[in-house]
Amino acid sequence: MRTRTAPQRGFNLDYLMWLFTRLSGLGLFVLALIGAVGAMLLGAREQVDLPTLMRWTYFPNPNHVVNSSIPDVTLGWANAFWQIMMILVLFFGVTHGFNGLRMVIEDYLGQSVSQVLLRGVIFLLWLFFLVMGVFVILAS
Amino acid sequence: MAFGKKIGLQGLRYQGGGPMLAWVLHRIGGLAMVIFVGMHIASSFLMQQLGSDLGTALNTFYESWQFQAVLYFFVIFHALNGLRIILLDLRPQFLKFQRESTWLQWIIFIPLYGLTVFIMIMNGLSAK
Repeated sequence: MRTRTAPQRGFNLDYLMWLFTRLSGLGLFVLALIGAVGAMLLGAREQVDLPTLMRWTYFPNPNHVVNSSIPDVTLGWANAFWQIMMILVLFFGVTHGFNGLRMVIEDYLGQSVSQVLLRGVIFLLWLFFLVMGVFVILAS
Repeated sequence: MAFGKKIGLQGLRYQGGGPMLAWVLHRIGGLAMVIFVGMHIASSFLMQQLGSDLGTALNTFYESWQFQAVLYFFVIFHALNGLRIILLDLRPQFLKFQRESTWLQWIIFIPLYGLTVFIMIMNGLSAK
């Protein structure tokens, strides 16, 4: 177990992902706000309970309200706007998450030969879940 | 690792206090959310495309108020702590108030999470 060396200054992966982590975190706040406001505009105030509203806030997908008593799920939000919003939430969330996983792993492994291998594995996992998620969004 | 000294379990006695607790919860919650989101995407894919019983069972479990109460602890804590980190990164001179900022964070977190979970538990219990 080795500690990681301090990242290089300048324009590199560590700096870019540092910036991306902050920006995507703020972006997820904004997207959650858009989801909540959109839900309210589409009638969530009268028809939806709090857990359903929060699931919608984080990810407005019909799969999220299967167990909820909503009159017609596909009416207001099976359109391109919410699909783009969901793809943005998915991209920001999954990329933020897998970059976090990479940082935690590299905090404990440090610079070693396995770093390249683990980065490859994490990249493939990131791509796999991103493509699968986009497929689920566009097919629902 | 403390310049070559063997520490072992002694490391757990590090008296980090509030900021360290926030760091630990941020990390554990982040990893938990990566695992949850990954499994949720996979189970949604299985449920939607293959009509799999396992995917449906997992998604029903994920929609239960018991699971969501735990998940929202991590989500809301991670969101508030991330916001605190961003603000402290923008104004590094406030880093000397890091301990106080974690207290401020708990002061915001406890009513926000407490009220949400209170409503969710009342809804969950009355739905039975």
